[in-house]
Amino acid sequence: MNYLPNILFAIILIAGIGYFASNVKKLFRNIKLGKAQEINDNKPQRWKNMAMIALGQSKMVKRPVSGFFHIIVYVGFVIINIEVLEIIIDGLFGTHRIGSEILPESVYGFLIGTFEILATLVFIAVVIFWIRRNIIKLKRFMSAEMKGWPKNDGNIILYFEMVLMTLFLVMNATDVSFQLANSGNVISQFISPLFGDNPETLHIIERGAWWLHIIGILIFLNYLYFSKHLHILLAFPNTYFGKLTPKGQFPNNDAVTKEVMLMMDPDADPYAAPAEDATDEPPVKFGASDVQDLSWLNLLNAYSCTECGRCTSECPANLTGKKLSPRKIMMDTRDRLEEVGKNIDANKGVFVDDGKQLLNDYITPEELWACTSCNACVEACPISIDPLNIIMEMRSYLVMEESAAPMELNNMMTNIENNGAPWPYNQQDRLKWKDE
Amino acid sequence: MSEQLIVPTMAEMMAEGKTPDILFWVGSAGSYDDRAKKITKAFVKILNKAKVNFAVLGTEESATGDLAKRAGNEFLFQMQAVMNIEVLNGYEVKKIVTCDPHSFNCIKNEYPGLGGNYEVLHHTQFIKELINSKQLEIKDSDYKGKRITFHDPCYLGRANSEYDAPRDVLNSLNATLLEMKRSKSTALCCGAGGAQMFKEPEKGDKDINELRTEDALKTKPDIIATGCPYCMTMMSDGVKVKEKENEIKVMDIAELIASSQNL
Repeated sequence: MNYLPNILFAIILIAGIGYFASNVKKLFRNIKLGKAQEINDNKPQRWKNMAMIALGQSKMVKRPVSGFFHIIVYVGFVIINIEVLEIIIDGLFGTHRIGSEILPESVYGFLIGTFEILATLVFIAVVIFWIRRNIIKLKRFMSAEMKGWPKNDGNIILYFEMVLMTLFLVMNATDVSFQLANSGNVISQFISPLFGDNPETLHIIERGAWWLHIIGILIFLNYLYFSKHLHILLAFPNTYFGKLTPKGQFPNNDAVTKEVMLMMDPDADPYAAPAEDATDEPPVKFGASDVQDLSWLNLLNAYSCTECGRCTSECPANLTGKKLSPRKIMMDTRDRLEEVGKNIDANKGVFVDDGKQLLNDYITPEELWACTSCNACVEACPISIDPLNIIMEMRSYLVMEESAAPMELNNMMTNIENNGAPWPYNQQDRLKWKDE
Repeated sequence: MSEQLIVPTMAEMMAEGKTPDILFWVGSAGSYDDRAKKITKAFVKILNKAKVNFAVLGTEESATGDLAKRAGNEFLFQMQAVMNIEVLNGYEVKKIVTCDPHSFNCIKNEYPGLGGNYEVLHHTQFIKELINSKQLEIKDSDYKGKRITFHDPCYLGRANSEYDAPRDVLNSLNATLLEMKRSKSTALCCGAGGAQMFKEPEKGDKDINELRTEDALKTKPDIIATGCPYCMTMMSDGVKVKEKENEIKVMDIAELIASSQNL
């Protein structure tokens, strides 16, 4: 009967990791709903970007205050999770603090002492984040798209981290033998007296905190998929696959190039029968009106977004009261992608038209036409998300599939077609300035 | 200005059997917009003064297609690009300079994929080269000690990471260079990009050029310097909205250099 806790632990662990794995599978499937886009160039630069931007947080610190506290939470999170390894071994094999038996006392004490200090710092940083969101009410957390679930999501994550850090410290504080060893209890020794000195009570609290800590971590792990917090994992691939070409370089559409080259080719026969291999191909859809028209990278971007709003706070359109918010573009893309994913789940693996799409039902033309393509959002993103690319793809759809550009832009484009300038001037007058 | 501008076209050069070292891409704004034409002329004066062997396409030039692309019309963009590339390649153009960051970005970054490979420079980069190589001598001028703030064009700055060339050229005037709070990679757009220049803005509580002009005014400048014909329009309008047009001038860097040397 002594094995009962071990078995229970194993079941909880397998269930927690298993459910997470099934959601990761779903995540991959959903990202793959996007269009193919080959990205395998310049790998050294890509690894470097990942190391600098994701691992090294180089863009986070552009805003020193949030950057500093974010690094504390990030470093704390990564390092404290080493402790989870010990918890898992203890849980599975019924040992108690296996690390203290394997490692020299000084090393173990140093490790746990570091964890305790980090846990305390993380707790403080998280409280500051909570104050920024709920007391100071920083403008970028108060935008229209941050009402309801996104706001709660942000706070839930902070509460989770506060509770997990507290449980870790309580677990150490109530561990009688650990406190007696007096090595590594740099913070917990001060909390310890709060819990009295009844060994039985202490043992119960210690066990309780230990179980809640590991269960909490597993719940948090599974919460990720339903939350903006996925960025802690996806920031890494996202920065790896991020754009390497100059920000101003927008990709040329290859399907359009084919048509243009055909039109410009004097030898092309306009009445020629289509090539045999081309007959079954559906006509190409230009631009994007729904998530399946976007590239897989756009969709990875959407899942990676943690809704920090640095993009929106730098967007000239948003700063002057327009509806456009680059953050909302990413949130809408993700929400629609999730909706499409659930549709596929509900219909045995096939997407059944639900009469909705990303365009209009989520993102309105008014938002798309407010963009100045200035790249401020792209520059601001701490993990290389490119909202501008999605905006441009959707504009392309509006213009090339729906002919739905604002009237003035249609006039401008007609001028370019007719006389090679956005204004209705004669091309023969192009050099007139010389003599004026 | 008494001297006549010397502006040879590619066709004339070819007829005479000459090859220019560089093509000056004037761009649609530089050709037709009244304010931008002054920038074009100022730049030509600099080219003439430095005895640069250049040419323009003249009536053979057509819109780059940049505007069409940003407005979502990829087809029109590629038509324009392919037509222009045919002309440029026909003249065996190797190097291009332009006063328009949008043309600069488009030809530099988006033409190669369609068969147009050139070395492309923004005019501030080219002027910097001329100064560094002593082809253009900058003598002391009225601008010495003047308070100048530079507004980074998005398609030169963020889009192509060129923040130094315009500032280096301005520094040659011994002016007091003032940075706005939002500058370089965090510079605020003037509001014209992405084809906004040609349409009414969406509903909001302010125009973008007004906000950007406020950024500039906070530095208490004598002159707001720009490096883009569209930024020029937006910033000039912004200064008018703020009723400061009698105190503060908006000038392109080419104009500042040309007028400082009495060209």
